[in-house]
Amino acid sequence: MHTEPTGGVSRREILGTGAATASMLAAPAMAAVTPDKAREADPPLVRVMLTVNGKPENLTLDARTTLLDMAREHLKLTGSKKGCDHGQCGACTMIVEGRRVNSCLSLAVMHDGDTITTIEGLGTPDKLHPMQAAFVRHDGYQCGYCTPGQIVSAVAMLEEVRSGAPSFVSPDLEHAEYSDTEVRERMSGNLCRCAAYPNIVAAIGDVHAGKKS
Amino acid sequence: MRAVTYERATSAQGAAQASVGHKGAKFIGGGTNLLDLAKLEIETPSHLVDVTRVPGLDRIAPTPDGGLRIGATVRNAELAADPRVRRDYAVLSRALLSGASAQLRNKATTAGNLLQRTRCLYFYDTTKPCNKRVPGSGCSAIGGLNRTLAIVGVSDDCIAHHPSDMAVAMRVLDAGVETVMPDGATRTIPIADFHTLPGKTPWIETTLKPGEFITAVTLPKPVGGRQSYTKVRDRASYAFALVSVAAITGPGLQRFAFGSIAHKPWRVEDAERLKGADAIADRVLTGARSTDQNRFKIALVHRTLDATMRGETA
Repeated sequence: MHTEPTGGVSRREILGTGAATASMLAAPAMAAVTPDKAREADPPLVRVMLTVNGKPENLTLDARTTLLDMAREHLKLTGSKKGCDHGQCGACTMIVEGRRVNSCLSLAVMHDGDTITTIEGLGTPDKLHPMQAAFVRHDGYQCGYCTPGQIVSAVAMLEEVRSGAPSFVSPDLEHAEYSDTEVRERMSGNLCRCAAYPNIVAAIGDVHAGKKS
Repeated sequence: MRAVTYERATSAQGAAQASVGHKGAKFIGGGTNLLDLAKLEIETPSHLVDVTRVPGLDRIAPTPDGGLRIGATVRNAELAADPRVRRDYAVLSRALLSGASAQLRNKATTAGNLLQRTRCLYFYDTTKPCNKRVPGSGCSAIGGLNRTLAIVGVSDDCIAHHPSDMAVAMRVLDAGVETVMPDGATRTIPIADFHTLPGKTPWIETTLKPGEFITAVTLPKPVGGRQSYTKVRDRASYAFALVSVAAITGPGLQRFAFGSIAHKPWRVEDAERLKGADAIADRVLTGARSTDQNRFKIALVHRTLDATMRGETA
């Protein structure tokens, strides 16, 4: 894991190597500008190196940038969706270091060195991930907006069940087993406003059972 | 969210020092509450001290007296799934698993969970007065929408509730909160003394001092008994509690802590010597001051405790 501290890179330093946009930042750092205003006009930048869908990425980002904005705005990976941007809907779910998380509540700089999988890293239109194929087969969506998050979340969820991690509905904390009730509880962080839930549960059940068609 | 500078702490004391060395500094762990609030500019940190890579803080280890020491940055999901916790502190595992979503539990930390802010609507609504958000501005919840809020330990300035499930289990388990100061001094704060009541200073929520950094939460050696966490909420999953009960019962053993009814996890040790759910609930709720909208919580505490004591719940 890459643990060298980042931070402390100024926008000026970054742009010093390519001055084309210099006119966009004429104002900051003048005597009359308060530190807070200067900071807003010239936000601190950080360098971030991480692996996204198997590809090394080396980025310079505003320190506030979330993994979600990094993927969508900087890497043009727009499969992950910004539903609520507050960790309430799950549409932005990514797998980070093997764990599903809300990428909207994750600062990219805090994941320097980490390995990240987005929906684009699971499958392609020509070669669907089994979970993607199962969602198609079962019509596990209507509008489709929550679907990338549902699929990424479901893939990680099955790993959690395999590892024996319990859920709140597990009758025995020490021996969790797969069931539709477990799936409903474990997938509650992914909202579907079209309420495709029964078909989502069925699609996940197929993948759990190893069904191909 | 306002612009921030960022640094990565490499030691616990270093984190404490960094937080007092910068105006507007905040520790960041899982970020699930801080970034949510920062986006709404309810929290406005100008400097983030990332504590997630401080060596050792992500470990769960036995203590010499047979208990467990849980590092500050241990994720909620990991803590809930730890075999020792599942076996010896089931109430904690259940409470953690009842909270938030799987994605959030994969990020949220032990210390961050203790420090999460209230879910009172007016704390979030920046167009309305809130003494917790803007000291002295007034309380919109008293006389406003307050169905989910506190019924005991409230004040004329604030009726906000503490939303944590984990902290309720920590309270019934008599946990301790280990901290370090910027000068290296350490102490352990009993969980009972960690969170405060709103009084006239609702913006103060814990007894932590400026720069004091949580390093771990310790659990005493297992007490055994039947352990459960009963959570009543508006939907079956992924919702904050209206009332919750963390319980440990067995021969000569009766302990109950209650969630979402006060500004802190609520436990009245005196009540645990009484017999029967109603007698215990009456004592627990001594001095209760409810509103028209949240009066139902009084009956709900009685019923949830009764169901818990009858073993009708998980």
